[in-house]
Amino acid sequence: MIFRVNQGSGIPLYLQLMEQIKHAVETGALREGDQLPTIRKVAEDLVMNPNTVVRAYRELVHEGFIELRHGSGAFIKGTAESRARLIRKAQTVVESTVERLLSMGLTEDELRRVFENELAQANAKREVVTGRQGKL
Amino acid sequence: MTDFIIETSQLCKSFKQKQALRGLDLRVPAGSIFGFLGRNGAGKTTTIKTLMGLLQADSGYANVFGSPVTDADHSVEIRRRIGFVTEDKELYPYMTVEQIIRFTRSFFPKWRDDLEKRYLDIFELPLKRKIPDLSKGMRSKLMLLLAISRGADLLILDEPTDGLDPAAIEDVLRELVTLAATSGTTMFFSSHQLAEVDLIADYIGIIDQGKMIVSGSLDDIKARYQRLRVVLDDPKALEVRWEDGVESIRQEGRVLSLLASRNVDGIVEQAQSIPGAVVERYPVTLKEIFLEHVRSN
Repeated sequence: MIFRVNQGSGIPLYLQLMEQIKHAVETGALREGDQLPTIRKVAEDLVMNPNTVVRAYRELVHEGFIELRHGSGAFIKGTAESRARLIRKAQTVVESTVERLLSMGLTEDELRRVFENELAQANAKREVVTGRQGKL
Repeated sequence: MTDFIIETSQLCKSFKQKQALRGLDLRVPAGSIFGFLGRNGAGKTTTIKTLMGLLQADSGYANVFGSPVTDADHSVEIRRRIGFVTEDKELYPYMTVEQIIRFTRSFFPKWRDDLEKRYLDIFELPLKRKIPDLSKGMRSKLMLLLAISRGADLLILDEPTDGLDPAAIEDVLRELVTLAATSGTTMFFSSHQLAEVDLIADYIGIIDQGKMIVSGSLDDIKARYQRLRVVLDDPKALEVRWEDGVESIRQEGRVLSLLASRNVDGIVEQAQSIPGAVVERYPVTLKEIFLEHVRSN
């Protein structure tokens, strides 16, 4: 099983699972048309509640990341790969920002905290707007 | 509309010395794995015994499958649909593993031979051994086998992994998850092991001093609770009347740590209005939520 969750983090497990699936696509471990493991298999391998897996898959369908084909399971959608391309683009943007800030004298830890805090704030705002837990 | 397999309202039960349940409200949705948490003596076992009809409540009501647990007309039918593992794990001492399985299955027309075989195999139970000669862990596994194989629609499990070693705990939890994925059986289980509840439960309830103090979907609870870390410019001059939703406040020097159970955005806004304050928010683990509540009471 390529997925893993950390139960000590306080982040809901379905969000962690969604994140892991996205990460698998970004790294190329899962590609367009690849089938995701069944709900039962994920639940058994990670020893987690099957409803949690169902919720993660449902949210990913909602985000257009995966699709359910009747009777045969869940598959990575083509758009997921274009997301991966988008992420590679983001990497170049972040790379230059990080370089600039480091050259201004910020330490790596300071930078990480600023970044994480901004993300948390953005996430919190989105929760208010949409009324649901945003992407991490 | 959600169907509740177990529903209690204002359940009260006193023993000679002690009020064990003080108006307990409990709702277990159909198909859920419900983790029932509480310290020793919080009222978990009293609740479970009341649900199984082994104790009678002083007031309030308890319904299982939509019928009162005290309803004599339905009691046999209800009990056929429930599998349970009790805390003391007592079984007839003169029987062997094989005999108690044969004895138990004779009461249950829906007995699942496939599950019986599966668990005998996975749990590595010695068929010819007498029950008193089994280890505590083996007795737990045997009770689980007897509870699950009867084809129950509801499992009530009092500390099902108590006395098991880590590998056996993993086996048992995986079997419960598999059962949930394949059968839709509702499971209500009490536990001290927050880590295992965190993994396999989708609903939880925390009982303290005979009352339910937190309950609901675990994801919703985790999304609602957050810890705020506020770094203050001037730690002495702080005088804030915090908004509703702040469960606890701790201050160490310049750092203020707040646990919010709801209205997090309002509280963040309030913290940000303190001159010079830097506010950060963090997710909260089930363990933190549990400890915060049972300690503050």
